[in-house]
Formats: sequence, C-alpha cells, structure tokens
Amino acid sequence: MAALTREETEALIQEVLEIYPEKAQKDRAKHLAINDQSLEKANKCITSNRKSLPGVMTIRGCAYAGSKGVVWGPIKDMIHISHGPVGCGQYSRAGRRNYYVGTTGVNTFGTMNFTSDFTEKDIVFGGDKKLAKLIDEIEVLFPLNKGISIQSECPIGLIGDDIEAVSKVKTKEHGKTIVPVRCEGFRGVSQSLGHHIANDAIRDWVLEKRDGDDSFQTTPYDVAVIGDYNIGGDAWASRTLLEEMGLRVVAQWSGDGTIAEIENTPKVKLNLIHCYRSMNYIARHMEEKYSIPWIEYNFFGPTKIAESLRRIASYFDDNIKEGAERVIKRYEAEFTAVIEKYKPRLQGKKVMLYIGGLRPRHVIGAYEDLGMEVVGTGYEFAHNDDYDRTIKEMGNATLLYDDVTGYEFEEFVKKIKPDLIGSGVKEKYIFQKMGVPFRQMHSWDYSGPYHGYDGFAIFARDMDMTLNNPCWKNIRAPWKTQDAGDEAVKAVA
Amino acid sequence: MPSVMLRKREDGKLLFYVPKKDLEETIESIEFDSPDKWGGEVVLGDGSRYFFEVLDTPPPIPITLQAKRVSGE
Repeated sequence: MAALTREETEALIQEVLEIYPEKAQKDRAKHLAINDQSLEKANKCITSNRKSLPGVMTIRGCAYAGSKGVVWGPIKDMIHISHGPVGCGQYSRAGRRNYYVGTTGVNTFGTMNFTSDFTEKDIVFGGDKKLAKLIDEIEVLFPLNKGISIQSECPIGLIGDDIEAVSKVKTKEHGKTIVPVRCEGFRGVSQSLGHHIANDAIRDWVLEKRDGDDSFQTTPYDVAVIGDYNIGGDAWASRTLLEEMGLRVVAQWSGDGTIAEIENTPKVKLNLIHCYRSMNYIARHMEEKYSIPWIEYNFFGPTKIAESLRRIASYFDDNIKEGAERVIKRYEAEFTAVIEKYKPRLQGKKVMLYIGGLRPRHVIGAYEDLGMEVVGTGYEFAHNDDYDRTIKEMGNATLLYDDVTGYEFEEFVKKIKPDLIGSGVKEKYIFQKMGVPFRQMHSWDYSGPYHGYDGFAIFARDMDMTLNNPCWKNIRAPWKTQDAGDEAVKAVA
Repeated sequence: MPSVMLRKREDGKLLFYVPKKDLEETIESIEFDSPDKWGGEVVLGDGSRYFFEVLDTPPPIPITLQAKRVSGE
C-alpha cells in the first residue's frame, strides 16, 4: 500500500475517532496528528502529557514505574525498597533487563525485589517503624550495599508516612546514603513524572555528596553517559565506542551504574544524554550548578551514530575529533556488510512504532539505514519538547499519535497495514494474532543490545528474522484462505 | 511567577525553559541586554511575553530566575 496522502490520513483519523462519545472525541482529536515538517513547534499540532481518558485502554505506567523501574532500579549497588504492598515491586521485578556485572545478592542487587510488604495493619498504624526495621535488616543481610533508596508506592503518600525522617535517622546510624523518593504511583499522568521525581531525589540526596572533594582524578576527556539503561547491554555497546574515540566514561546513568559513579558525575566535562525524556532534568541541573554542558545523542543505526560521534567530538580537541573519524572508519566495513545483507530483504517495508519517551524518534534512523520507512510513531508519555524533536525526523503526512488507546492503535494498523510494528509487550499479542509481524521495542524482545555499531547488526538481524519469518504466511487456517472460501461457496451453489 | 531556567543553545540563542510547564522556547528579544543593564520584558518564539527583574549585570548563563508573565494585550 502506498504511503497515505495528507487527506487520506486526515480521513483515517476522523474515521477512527467516530466511535467515541462527543467529549472523548474532542479530547482524543488533540492527541492525533499528521506530521508537518514545516512546523517548528509541536504544540501547534499535537497535545501531550495530559491525563488519559477513563475507559480507554492506555498503555501508560505510573510514577513509581518511572522512578523505581527506570531511573533508580538499574543502579546496581544500591538496594531499592519498594515501600508499600508487595505487588508493585514483585510484578515489575527484573522485567526491564538492565544488565549489570556483579554478584547478585552480594554486591549487586539489580534483579532482586525488596519490599516492606504493607498489610492492613501498616496502613492503619503507619509503616515508618517497619521501614526502619527493614533498613536495619538490610544492613545485616546485605552489608555490601552502598546505599538504599525508598521507592514509595501509593499508600505511603495517602497515609502520610514520614519516610524522609526515617531516612535521615538511618543515614546517620549506618553512615550510608539513604534516599527517600516520593514517587507514589498516583502522582502525575504517567511514568514521566516519576522520572522527574527520581531526578530531583538524585539532585537533593546524592549528587552533591562529593562537592569540594577533589580526590577524584579527572582528565579533560571525562564524560558521563546519561539516560542509557543498559537494556540487553546497550550501554556497554555505546561505551566501547566512546572509549575507542578517546573519551573516558566516568559514569553510566543508570544502566550498570553505581552510586559512586553518580557522585562523581559533577566532575565530568560533558554530559551525554541518550534518553532525553527521563534524565534531561538532572542534566539541566548540572549545567546550571556545575556548568557542565550537555548534548543529546543517538546511537541507533550507523547514520545517526556517525552524526552523534562527530557532534560529541566537536566539544573536544582534535585528538577526539580524529578519534571519532577513526571509530567510524573502523566499523565502516562491518556496518556496510550488515546493510548489504539485510537491506535487500527489508527495503521498502513500512514500520509503525509506539514506544515510551525516546525511541519513537531515535530508532527512525536505524530503520531508514535498512531502507525501511516509519509511517507512524507515537509516545506513551512524551511531552511537547519530545514532539518538537520528532517532527523533523518523521516524513511528511505520517501519523503521530500521543498516548494512543488500544482501539485506535488497532484501527490504525488495520488501515495503514504496516509490515512491522514496534511497540510494547501489552500490544504484542494483539498484533501477532492479527498476523502482523511485531517487535517488542521496550526491552528488545529478549534480544539486544541495539545501541552502537555492534547493536545495529543485532537490530538488523532481529528485524529481518521477524519480518521475513515464514510463520506469517501460515497464520490463517488453510480452509479460511480466500481461494478455499470461494471454492466452498461454489460447491454449496 | 514561574521559575525559568535560561541556557544558551549551540547557535547562541537563549532558551527559556519552564520545567513545570514543559515550555522550551527561544528568546527572540530582550528589553535590556547590555553590560550594565539586563532584563525587562522578553518575547519568546511563540509570541508570549515574560518579565525579568532588571539586573545591573548580565547573569551568568545557565541560571534559574523568576519571571512574571506579562498578560497579552
């Protein structure tokens, strides 16, 4: 099917909106848009970061998910207590595949679940005592932890527990960083506020710990990788490139990261932001307080990698600039081979994306490198500034959908008929049952890494493996094929 | 009176960022911008107007300042 024209896309949106009651229709219409590259600002065409409508199937998470799951969770040498009932922590445990090195349960705690397991009694009488006891227990059982963060679940805010006071007392007692995070799930409209709260907690409780302490040996080439959660090893695939061009990566935020790295970050020369949505807050803070400039970069697909490497290098001297060229040259044969192998198999295929807060625009380049075309994209929890950055990446007259509902997404797919969908696990089985090839793009469908040149090879292989899988031809029952149906009708006649 | 974070973009333009509102706009013009006087009314890329206290020296950028919203005519 050829790409839709502007009018056709407009008609499609109208058609999909028709089913809603009038008020809902008006609200949802603001979240669906047709891309227009000539626009400078996204707020002219799309509304984002608003409360989801009750009754529609939204795919968003909560503030706790944003703080515990995304920002704090991957810090491997800290223990993150899911403070509240047991479910929030248990059902999200280790689901994000933030890889790390270390011995789990001894000096790293990434895939473990610590919870205060609130019961009725704690809700009635308050849970501060339990929390204090829990922290003491952790110190006995896991003495090698480097700090504790208290991730509040909804009840903590509702009953008004004073976790800050407990943190302060216990910090004194144990001499470790204990961070209370007020990321109750009911705050905000999506996980996005959880990121912000988590960033603020890092700012207030961790970041300034080593101000005035110059014992850390710095070099002019220190950088921090911020907003890379090492999903399937992403941060490692990025880090090797940066190190190869001559930079020293002091900190990884927060995939495979440690609290010591975070404390050292104010001493770097440049902050590199991969996930803008979840960590721009802390980058802006460091720019203001420590005058550390920050830039966004994109390590998906060779075109964007080369662009980003050169951009990063432009902040340093000629050594690094040469380094960047050297890195690009070194991998050239490798990625050209990948493109040569997979492009013929993937050329011209159409992709629809619906992911979190960064990939809907970042992976576009990687698809384009493989000759594929992204015909629709949308974010779960983006803000206006994300859409500003998306408009330029997307083709004209393509579809943009913010916080898309289950129904809308299905209808769009039925009409646009993309060859591949990249979205989350909640959407995965609907589309697979509809017979549309699908990749889970939040944690790479148990694959990865996808960042960097090494990751691109895996990305290309995975897309090919999914799209050209012979199973899609067999998804309809043989007696339900068009031909068989016609014959059956004839036979009856 | 929103807190506004000011930073320089790579092309030298000032960016006006209000964290609570996700507003990130360029500053198109500023009333006073000389070594001995800085501030006053600023006009943003989207046409909205804000007012900064007039300072004796230009502030070090990046910085967070309080701005007042100037109501439209």
